[in-house]
Amino acid sequence: MTAQTSGEAVPSDSVGPAGALRLQKFDWLWADTRAKVALGWVLVVLFVAIFAPLIAPADPSEQNLRSILAGPSSDYLLGTDDIGRDFFSRMLYGARVSMFGAFLAVLVAMVIGIPVGLIAGYVGGVIENVLMRIVDSILGFPAIVLAIGLVAALGPGLTNAMIAVGVTFSPSVARLMRGQVLATKNHLYVDAAEQYGSPTWRTVLRHILPNAIQPIIVQAALLLAVAFLAEAALSFLGLGAQPPTPSWGGMLSRSSQFLQVSPAVQLYTPGLAIALTVLAINALGDSLRDSLDPVAGTERRLRRMLAKTTKGLGSNDANNSPNQPEANMAVPPEIHPATARSAQS
Amino acid sequence: MLRLLTTRLVAIVPTLIFATFTIFGLQHIGPADPATVILGENATEERILEVREQLGLNDPLVIQYGKWLGNVATGDLGESIIRSERVATTIKTSLPVTLQLVLSGVLISVAVGVPLGILAATRANKPTDVMVTSGSAIGVSIPSFWLGLVLITAFAINWKIFPARGFATPGDGLGEAFRHTLLPAFVVSTSGIAIVTRQVRGAMIEALSADSVRTHQAKGLPWMTILWKHALRNSAVTIVTVIGLLVNTTLGATVVIEAVFAIPGMGFRVINAASGRDFPVIQGVVLTYVVIVLAINLLIDIAYRIIDPRIQ
Repeated sequence: MTAQTSGEAVPSDSVGPAGALRLQKFDWLWADTRAKVALGWVLVVLFVAIFAPLIAPADPSEQNLRSILAGPSSDYLLGTDDIGRDFFSRMLYGARVSMFGAFLAVLVAMVIGIPVGLIAGYVGGVIENVLMRIVDSILGFPAIVLAIGLVAALGPGLTNAMIAVGVTFSPSVARLMRGQVLATKNHLYVDAAEQYGSPTWRTVLRHILPNAIQPIIVQAALLLAVAFLAEAALSFLGLGAQPPTPSWGGMLSRSSQFLQVSPAVQLYTPGLAIALTVLAINALGDSLRDSLDPVAGTERRLRRMLAKTTKGLGSNDANNSPNQPEANMAVPPEIHPATARSAQS
Repeated sequence: MLRLLTTRLVAIVPTLIFATFTIFGLQHIGPADPATVILGENATEERILEVREQLGLNDPLVIQYGKWLGNVATGDLGESIIRSERVATTIKTSLPVTLQLVLSGVLISVAVGVPLGILAATRANKPTDVMVTSGSAIGVSIPSFWLGLVLITAFAINWKIFPARGFATPGDGLGEAFRHTLLPAFVVSTSGIAIVTRQVRGAMIEALSADSVRTHQAKGLPWMTILWKHALRNSAVTIVTVIGLLVNTTLGATVVIEAVFAIPGMGFRVINAASGRDFPVIQGVVLTYVVIVLAINLLIDIAYRIIDPRIQ
């Protein structure tokens, strides 16, 4: 992931300085606008999810048997489904179900992953070894397969399905958290807190957790996107939201049973809604990472500076020009946890 | 090499044991009693007790786990509850189907992703790169099952070029196999293409910024030679890592896509088993998935050392 941002402004084979400058500006505008548009879309979906009962023109489970698989009309904006329910209203309610499911999965992943990572990282020793072994072996399962197995055990349904997805996400959170704790716990302020007799729980909650949490927040945003896709997939397979609850994945599953006769909009709208929402959440997660990650942040500043200098210098040779600091940017030196720990004792 | 292989294999054992524990535990964490699942809700009390006895459900969990593990070790995965079929037979028939799909998906991902990644890297931050990068962002965001449905509508229902459902292996004739594999394999590879493109782009940008590339260029080496021989070689470790990741992603993607295209692979089987709470099938199939993933990780580990002997 970092590899992809670490060298973004690397010279290309033959760009003139003017072109490079223009494109760098364009790149910035693009990145910025992208984040804004993404935020806008996510807010729209959240708004719809919260206020669905107020804005939906019809009851999502009310059937009109005289209008089955009808195309869009003034009565039914997106037509009706196979048992005559208003597709548009179901889309609006579906946003609610899908969003709830995605948030639930991320919450479960955090609730399991953060404590496991904290304990493994802070306590160390045998406990760390055992916990990380378990984490690694859960990572050995393809996530969707484990989720399906768990749903079979817990019984189908939106809540169970998303708890299952959350469980499959938790190892990655635990791993990240442990790494963060290892990097944080050797700082002087943690040592100072311990020397002052701060109880362990207080040291962990007040000093380690807040300083280790930033990458976790980024991870949460990126997991939200995956969870959204997982909810759609599991509901599509009939293991998630159960009828009559409308969810975008479940609605696609119904439309797919009548592919030849159902109105085309009913195949495209739920799919596009899922794709756009996932795209938007991913974009937000990316810009969140860029703004929180000190390395990426420096990179941005450097790039901005570079854009200015190139303008001033007007250099001609952009072909593999060496004055591109971000390509070889040194990663800030990290204290190696093991050596630091032994130095401490 | 032999020593390496043995140490790696030994290291896998605890992971595998924990995985079997999880898989065995699946049917015991839920509220459903396996005997009730088999007999249905209306079974009499005596009959349920009888079946519980038959299934060994009255033994302590550790004994049950030991028996199950012993059976698994000898290749006996039990019998399906809803279809009268040995689980080993189910896996034997569905595994080749899934592998064919995974392999095709991986091939497409690499064949499309690597050139796209190199293209984007050599034109970093130019419109081509922006297009490729946005394309891969879209690739990971599209729900693959929906893409499958859209392609079925276009290519199978409207234009009737490819079949909408079912599958064929090379045993059924190469042409048939190709016609049945292409569409699902492409759908399965969408997120794979995106992953490969992104990673190759990043690795190539880094490799191209190395001092050696500048030296080669100063020497007057043709750009294509630098690109394909030197830079690509320096990104080989990343590319192998990506391929490992790719196989895992693709394996996961086949599960849902098999359901969309009604392909009788392991994903299709495990979904049906999950709906019917057919635990022997779920356990057998999930275990097979885990073994595949572990085997791939092992292969990747070995590949690293062949490519770059410095890695210890």
